[in-house]
Amino acid sequence: MDREIIRFETVTKSFGAVQALSGVDLAIQSGEVLGLVGHNGAGKSTLMHVLTGTIQPTTGSIAAGGSARADYGVSVAKKLGIRCVFQELSLCPNLTVAENTRVMHPRLRGFGWRRRAGRLITSRLDEMFPGHGISADSIVSDLSIGRRQMVEIARAFTTTDDPLRLVILDEPTSSLDPSTSRQLLSFMRRFVAGGGATILISHLLHEILDYCDRIVVMRDGRVVADDRTTEFDRAKLIVTMGGAAEGHGAAPAAPQAGGAGDTPLRVRVRPKAQAGGIELTAHAGEIIGLAGLAGHGQSDCLVEIFDAARSPTTRIAVHGPIALVAGDRQTDGIFPLWSIADNVTIRSLSALAQGPLISPDRAAALANSWKQRIGIRTPDMNNNILSLSGGNQQKALFARALGSNADIILMDDPMRGVDIGTKLDVYDLIRDEAARGRSFLWYTTEMDELEHCHRVYIFRNRQIVAQLTRDELTEERVIHSSFQEAV
Amino acid sequence: MAAPVTMVAEEPQPTRRPAIDMRRLFRAALPALSLIIVLLAIDDFNPRAISYFGFNLMLNLAIPVALATAAQICIITVSDLDLSIGAYVGFIACVTATWLPTAPLLGVAVILGSIVVYGALGALVQLRQLPSIVVTLGMSFVWLGLALLVRPQPGGSSPDWLTNFMGLHVPYVPFPIVAAIVLAIALHFILIRTAFGAVLRGAGGNPSAVARSGWSLLRIKTTTYAMAGVFGSLAGLALVGVSSSADANMANGYTLLSIAGAILGGAEFIGGQVSPIGAVIGALTLQLAAVALNFFHMPVLLPGFRIPPEWQVGAQGLILILILAVRALINRGDA
Amino acid sequence: MSTQAAVLLRFRNRPWIWSFLGAILVWALAVVLAGGHGAWPVFTTALAFSAFTVLVGLGQMFVITLGPGNIDLSLPANIGLASAVAMKVMDGADSRIALGLIAAIGAGLAIGVVNYLLIRLLRIPPLIATLSSSFVIRSVGISYGRGLQIKPPQAFADFVLARVGGISILAALVVLVSVLAGVVLARTIYGRSVLAVGQNIRAARLAGLPVRRVRLVTYALCGALGGLSGALLAGFTGGSSLDVGAEYLLTSIAVVVIGGTSVTGGMANVPGLWGAAFMLFMIATLLNSSGLGVGVRDLMTGLIIIAVITLAGGRRQLR
Repeated sequence: MDREIIRFETVTKSFGAVQALSGVDLAIQSGEVLGLVGHNGAGKSTLMHVLTGTIQPTTGSIAAGGSARADYGVSVAKKLGIRCVFQELSLCPNLTVAENTRVMHPRLRGFGWRRRAGRLITSRLDEMFPGHGISADSIVSDLSIGRRQMVEIARAFTTTDDPLRLVILDEPTSSLDPSTSRQLLSFMRRFVAGGGATILISHLLHEILDYCDRIVVMRDGRVVADDRTTEFDRAKLIVTMGGAAEGHGAAPAAPQAGGAGDTPLRVRVRPKAQAGGIELTAHAGEIIGLAGLAGHGQSDCLVEIFDAARSPTTRIAVHGPIALVAGDRQTDGIFPLWSIADNVTIRSLSALAQGPLISPDRAAALANSWKQRIGIRTPDMNNNILSLSGGNQQKALFARALGSNADIILMDDPMRGVDIGTKLDVYDLIRDEAARGRSFLWYTTEMDELEHCHRVYIFRNRQIVAQLTRDELTEERVIHSSFQEAV
Repeated sequence: MAAPVTMVAEEPQPTRRPAIDMRRLFRAALPALSLIIVLLAIDDFNPRAISYFGFNLMLNLAIPVALATAAQICIITVSDLDLSIGAYVGFIACVTATWLPTAPLLGVAVILGSIVVYGALGALVQLRQLPSIVVTLGMSFVWLGLALLVRPQPGGSSPDWLTNFMGLHVPYVPFPIVAAIVLAIALHFILIRTAFGAVLRGAGGNPSAVARSGWSLLRIKTTTYAMAGVFGSLAGLALVGVSSSADANMANGYTLLSIAGAILGGAEFIGGQVSPIGAVIGALTLQLAAVALNFFHMPVLLPGFRIPPEWQVGAQGLILILILAVRALINRGDA
Repeated sequence: MSTQAAVLLRFRNRPWIWSFLGAILVWALAVVLAGGHGAWPVFTTALAFSAFTVLVGLGQMFVITLGPGNIDLSLPANIGLASAVAMKVMDGADSRIALGLIAAIGAGLAIGVVNYLLIRLLRIPPLIATLSSSFVIRSVGISYGRGLQIKPPQAFADFVLARVGGISILAALVVLVSVLAGVVLARTIYGRSVLAVGQNIRAARLAGLPVRRVRLVTYALCGALGGLSGALLAGFTGGSSLDVGAEYLLTSIAVVVIGGTSVTGGMANVPGLWGAAFMLFMIATLLNSSGLGVGVRDLMTGLIIIAVITLAGGRRQLR
């Protein structure tokens, strides 16, 4: 029998003049997986923060177990058993997995705490991700990002004192490969079957459609749709979110015929010494995809290519200026103290200089022209970069690379966690730029995006194991090469 | 043959023991290795120093330094840095030498009060999100000024119980070494083995995550700084016990020595990665290195050459560079 | 928000404003305590002394702006050595002033380069690198500076001490240098690169900036400014002295931070250096003239530094 865990009634939240939530009504029952979708800036993040008690609503009421809770906050949420696994990792990288478990559970102390903590986390990991291969005494910084994500998620499901009734998963599969994602999502179903509840926030619409009982769509701080999953399909979700309908000429539109061989070679990466290795080449005007399971060397390959532009190696040849669009914008891309304009222009400073000094006019012109072209939503490019939503920050990073003189653009899974609207805008831009002769090397974990590419190289264990042209590209083939020896 | 669309999971890996990270092993071993090298050098230059009596003499002053290093380790654990520890030790030394022999209650009260102040400093750093380097920089002036007010001229005396304790005769193993071992074990236990220590280190590694788990960063910082105050006070006491007098500027070099000892021991400035045992060994090593420089002579290669006095300090710098170079090579080699 | 309100808000949010306010406050206090006299002389003396602090502080500021952990502790030893080098090379001769200056700046530059090489090749934190090098430099300085005390050439000493209408010419030049530094930071590729590296070193690298070169240049620049200061200080104090730089260790860092430069890097503030330098000088003067023991002066200086920083607050953790 369903029981209501929590109910929001006309909850609003304003940050100064910005209305992040405008009257949200939402109820969550045990035994259900609720999918939450929306554009960037739709208010999902704010709503989740209110749910976990880290943000207080401006107006509106929150009721738990039937009775209103005026004192709703972090400790109340904890006691109610509401937890969240956010997009950014909350593990302490210098501590072991067991120690991180302790950090979450103050009760684990006294003699033998380390062993108890280790057992607690390991049993959860075993249950959720069979075959995970993670030791409780591993130091987190030694783990791959996928493994860290697994630990983080598993830890959220461990219990000592506080109950566990509702878990919010915010883009949980962003760092997981498809098989681990499936393990997680299956576990999620088992969890709610046992009486728990989950909110799944994901930009991967197939995850939402396949695993959720109910879907809530948000737009501009409001809930615009709240219905059983059976009432939705992919197209309807996109339209409801406010994104353009699929017929944007977007995925899977075939890229312009950029020929291999009839335009100048821009990048050549010879395989590391091993027989049967495949060489990666990119010519002017080509969009090259790097595929395969997450964390199999694609990012490192891109960075190697980037470094080779400045210090050539025998293995990698790069002809032409190069720029990189980071996927992990916090660590690799954003300059947090600067304005949006400064973040955009940083790659193009020599072009903006008049004599020894940078011309403010030229810089402003560059920034504003890209604001238009790529559609950065901001009233003023001189605002701090962090005033932008995540998707728009990513757009700024694109503008930085595209606005430079680079002939070769490397993209390190830049669309992770970015909303559909932004993605579609950028895909168009990429195809335009490729038509003008730029080369793109695009590492992506999403099948849809590979369909924009002329050619796809599939990575496995840090080597390129297969090469597919656009015509040969099917999801089956990609998966096949990602997992097994290429037959 | 088409692959099944439902994917086969990757082969499950057996839960393996945590990989013995060779790099980490070497880094942990480095302070001990450095210590051995320095001991060998001393043995070569002045074999008589390698004796019970010799160690007692050489390492006498190492105890206060090791305690100051322990204090620094506490601060480094939460990703901060204490540039005031030297001045603080000097201040406590002055209080000890001035009041403990004659007005013990006052002396103790002041020392306890100073520990509270140290803790309050941590609270201030956390509450106002201040950079610890600057705050402790300012505090170093404060402690120095207070020390000069307490003891404008060098002098004072050490209470008997303190001198006796620091001069304790332990059979077979020189007292300083015993004290160092006790200190290392205690610090290691507190910071690494206890659940509490795990949270402290976590606060250095990812403070927002620790805060989100419900811990009070304010309490954590206050506690770690107070711990540093305790170790710093012990350092001041020990220093007077060994020197039998005090002077406001006597421990000014401890600030940089404590940082060097911690780094030698494998600590990282940010991220909450500390090695308490390594730090204590590092402190001892630096002390012995200074002694070794004094003894230095190479009769065969450089007959008659002794390190000129003005180069004693410079040679310490060179040794530090050398040790860190070796560490860098090790890290690169295993990377 | 209205432009007026915005300007006011930015004004209030600038921490270095406090240092100027503090300086004015202490100055006013000093004048009051002196019975209403001496406002101008105090100001001009402060200006003359602050020039040195700012010159050294500029170098430290650039280094600190490179990012968390970047600091130059070798400045005192650098200054000491440079003062000895300058005096020895100048050898009391007016004709050799330029040579002496070049030698001193060169020595400082070399020290900066060595510091960076230690940091880079040995992968040592800047704190330790500059600390170790400071030991070595100090020993070098002692060996090199042994011998007779050489006085600065007359023209040099005159120039360093010269004033026009009470205003030190040297201070005016240092003001120009500060302005230049500000322009470099805001409007040159090098300056932007320093700020970028200080905010996010990895992003700077991936944005194509020559991170290593930027760091090398910055440490070299800091060293060079230290060398220059050493030479000028020798002229100011009438001879070289290895200890003349000792107080600049803490002072250089203090003026940088109190002046509003972020200790975690990525944001530098040049005008604030002057405000902070003034304030520290005023405090020292005030306490000196108050006749309180030297302990009180240190105590007050420390408390004021902490008070100023506490009021201004640190940079909130940006996510």
